Amino acid sequence: MVDAVFVGLSILTIGSAIITLESRELLYGGIALAISMLGIAGYFLILDAPFVAMFQITVYVGAVAVLIIFTVMLVRSPNTITQRETKKRKIAGIIISLGFLALFGTLIGNSVTSQFSFANNSNVVDIKEIGKKLLTYYSPVLIALALTLAGSIIGALALARREDIEEKNEST
Amino acid sequence: MNQPSDFLIISVILISIGIYGLVVKRNALRLIFSIELIANAVNLTLVAFSRMVSNPQGQIFVLFSIAISAAEVAVGLGIIVIAYRFYKDIDITEYKNLKN
Repeated sequence: MVDAVFVGLSILTIGSAIITLESRELLYGGIALAISMLGIAGYFLILDAPFVAMFQITVYVGAVAVLIIFTVMLVRSPNTITQRETKKRKIAGIIISLGFLALFGTLIGNSVTSQFSFANNSNVVDIKEIGKKLLTYYSPVLIALALTLAGSIIGALALARREDIEEKNEST
Repeated sequence: MNQPSDFLIISVILISIGIYGLVVKRNALRLIFSIELIANAVNLTLVAFSRMVSNPQGQIFVLFSIAISAAEVAVGLGIIVIAYRFYKDIDITEYKNLKN
């Protein structure tokens, strides 16, 4: 059995995930993606992971969604729905996704996974433990992650540079 | 009380929506939206199992995963911006010169 909060969050998350892909305007799609990320953060709160939920809100709703919305404004193209998106392709996509859904739905329903249950009033993971593990056992991973982030941001900056404009400015 | 399989079902639904987007949509930004949906569904599964066995390692892994996908979005959007500059379009079927 599920409770009302779970049902509401599910409707919010899945509904805005569909709007993300099917909205006519690309900007509304980006905003719906942010709402869907907020729904996922709500699931994290239900699952007693408040730190992960706050991280999700900070990174996805705060950074990624804003970045996506800025990109939508930069590349605003007149035809958001193209001719390449034919009816045949759409039907094939719906069949593939429904097949995946049916396959894994029956797998989850029939396997031992459906009998798993959350341990009641068990010791919930506390945030101090996460911090301790991040700084002791997982500290090399943390350093590698920091380098990856820095490298990817420098790479994105190098990609978006406009060399023609820079050369023009140097010559004048 | 919710069970772990409820969260798994939600995650499977989100993944199938993402697969639909990856198959049907030809807009580069919509493809990035789909990838984000799939990544978030996987994070949801990890946190659900972490809650089930009450072990913090799943949550730590999700933290790493969120940071990695933020980096991936930054690079992907940079590529989209530069491709738009060359082709004046963000339809991936227009990107013919990238093929060979």
